Amino acid sequence: MAQLKPNVFFAPWNDPAEKPLIQFKNVTKRFGESIAINNLTLDIYAQEFFALLGPSGCGKTTLMRMLGGFETPTEGQIFLDGVDIGPFPPNERPVNMMFQSYALFPHLTVWENIAFGLKRSDMPKDQIGDRVGKMLKLTQLEKFAKRKPHQISGGQRQRVALARSLAKAPKLLLLDEPLGALDKKLRNETQFELMDIQESTGTTFVIVTHDQEEAMTVASRVAVMVDGQLVQVATPDQIYEAPTTTYVADFIGDVNLIEGKSSLTDGGMDVHWDDNQPAIHVTTDTPLAARTSCHFAIRPEKVSISSEKPNAVNVMKGKIIDIAYLGNISTYYVEISAGVIFKAQATNNRRLSRRTYTWEDEIYLSWTDTAGVVLTE
Amino acid sequence: MRRFSWFNATSLTFGFVFLYLPMLILIIYSFNESRLVTVWAGFSTQWYGELFQNKAFLDAAWITIKVAFWSSTLATILGTMAAYIMVRAGRFRGRALFSGMIYAPLVMPEVITGLSLLLFFIALDVNRGILTIVLAHTTFAMCYVSVVVTSRLVSFDEALEEAARDLGCTPFDAFRSVTLPIIMPAVVSGWLLAFTLSLDDLVIATFTSGPASTTLPIKIFSAVRLGVTPEINALSTIMILIVTVGVIIASLISRGVSIRAKADERKAEQS
Ligand SMILES: Nc1ncnc2c1ncn2[C@@H]1O[C@H](COP(=O)(O)OP(=O)(O)O)[C@@H](O)[C@H]1O
Ligand SMILES: [Mg+2]
Repeated sequence: MAQLKPNVFFAPWNDPAEKPLIQFKNVTKRFGESIAINNLTLDIYAQEFFALLGPSGCGKTTLMRMLGGFETPTEGQIFLDGVDIGPFPPNERPVNMMFQSYALFPHLTVWENIAFGLKRSDMPKDQIGDRVGKMLKLTQLEKFAKRKPHQISGGQRQRVALARSLAKAPKLLLLDEPLGALDKKLRNETQFELMDIQESTGTTFVIVTHDQEEAMTVASRVAVMVDGQLVQVATPDQIYEAPTTTYVADFIGDVNLIEGKSSLTDGGMDVHWDDNQPAIHVTTDTPLAARTSCHFAIRPEKVSISSEKPNAVNVMKGKIIDIAYLGNISTYYVEISAGVIFKAQATNNRRLSRRTYTWEDEIYLSWTDTAGVVLTE
Repeated sequence: MRRFSWFNATSLTFGFVFLYLPMLILIIYSFNESRLVTVWAGFSTQWYGELFQNKAFLDAAWITIKVAFWSSTLATILGTMAAYIMVRAGRFRGRALFSGMIYAPLVMPEVITGLSLLLFFIALDVNRGILTIVLAHTTFAMCYVSVVVTSRLVSFDEALEEAARDLGCTPFDAFRSVTLPIIMPAVVSGWLLAFTLSLDDLVIATFTSGPASTTLPIKIFSAVRLGVTPEINALSTIMILIVTVGVIIASLISRGVSIRAKADERKAEQS
């Protein structure tokens, strides 16, 4: 099961003895004048479910296409199992790709689509049927084996594309926005299906997505990419709890960012952001030097709301100026000083009509000394 | 419903009469009993019978079909290759010049194409015969094939070829097992077009044929100069039939494909 895949059991990136399956070494890719990938270095390990996350045009597809063999790096090298794969054309790489548009062969049936790669491998003819059958079963497509791609629905097509790219049991499977064309509900189901398949086949997956929720759900590690460079590569929880830059903090989920200057304290640091307001206390092993410009970042759900002044390390008085009702939770927009809005989230464990706080209420916000992080970039 | 308009009806009728009345008259007179082409003397199929006895006509017909078959086949191979390379090559220096040069023979006066080919064959000291007509027809028909195939390739999703490469195909294997089957209707239309063009070409064939390789259009043209005979009417009727069938097949192929695709999509929505 997905949730039972904590990094305690699977964290090859923390093991110096582990050899990465894929290594990008100072890879740059230019298209004419423009730089799509800028001096990128990255290790991906066997059996990872690795997600590339970033805004449109940041170079995700280009990175995948270089792994697939459809683009060659302008500079640098890419290694697979220690071998520089630069000279190998796509048909000689143990890598398969699931295309963004699925790219199913319209003139072939579902069965023939899945068998296409096997017929061109060294698999004996009499085993191909078995293997295709296995793939059809894995993706629950047995009933549609004889149909042509345009005779099945979008979700089924997506599964055919997946089955086809898995059939040759590649060392590495590349998925370029595989779920982009599906509606939300089908997408969530398919995400779990993908994770099950990834686990049962033991294949290394690299998935491209611009949906951060998707990346967080499926991935063992997430790489956040901007302008052809990696900003942070970490597990989903690290990316969320300990972003290294304000960009990542802002890109993944919701965040409150407060600009200030640091000062050292016992066991940590303070962030001074307003002369008339108390400083924010942060406990950390790696405090910044005094008087460094920095941002304090904290997720809205880590900020509590109360009407009585709580007994907490960080307390701030404010007035609710807006409430966004999202069904299960509400986000409160609280003005803590002129023009500074803080977001706090609370679960709606009461009916809407019996909500504790409402517009214009004077309330207290509070959080612990470890709830947020201090960022300099 | 559009309102009936006398103007539209008249222009439509006039247009169709203008296009097809001469052919209709030709077909009718091919069944005329009289030897005089313009005097109706009752229905008969005797001229068809005589036509099939006329060895000169039959030989010419056989040569024409051979030439049309080989030239359209060669033109289809070369035209498809040219189209594929032009569409796939992307941008390179001189691309516009290249594609212009592929299409230039389309607008070149046939007399000039024929004359230059004639000079070319003479310069190479090639004996004129079936081979030279085939080569000449291939040159001009290949442009038409290339136009038809290019228009199909432009809308062809290149990811399909990449998927084939990804699954283990060499570039040639990807073309053969994915691209070619998908663009096949366009290739077949191109072939039929080239076949019909070769079948009725008079000008270029006149320049490039030898004494032993008279094609049907040349034969008819020279026979007509001695007077139109009902036999020629019968022969022309048969050619009209062949060309019509060819055009109908070509349009059925392309229509059939789109109708089937629509039906399949409906089926997909229901499942
Ligand atoms: N074949 C190409 N020719 C020129 N520029 C390209 C090509 N492919 C991608 N690019 C450029 O490289 C950048 C990265 O593109 P891409 O990898 O597709 O981004 P993403 O998949 O993250 O949206 C973009 O600026 C894009 O315009
Ligand atoms: Mg992309």
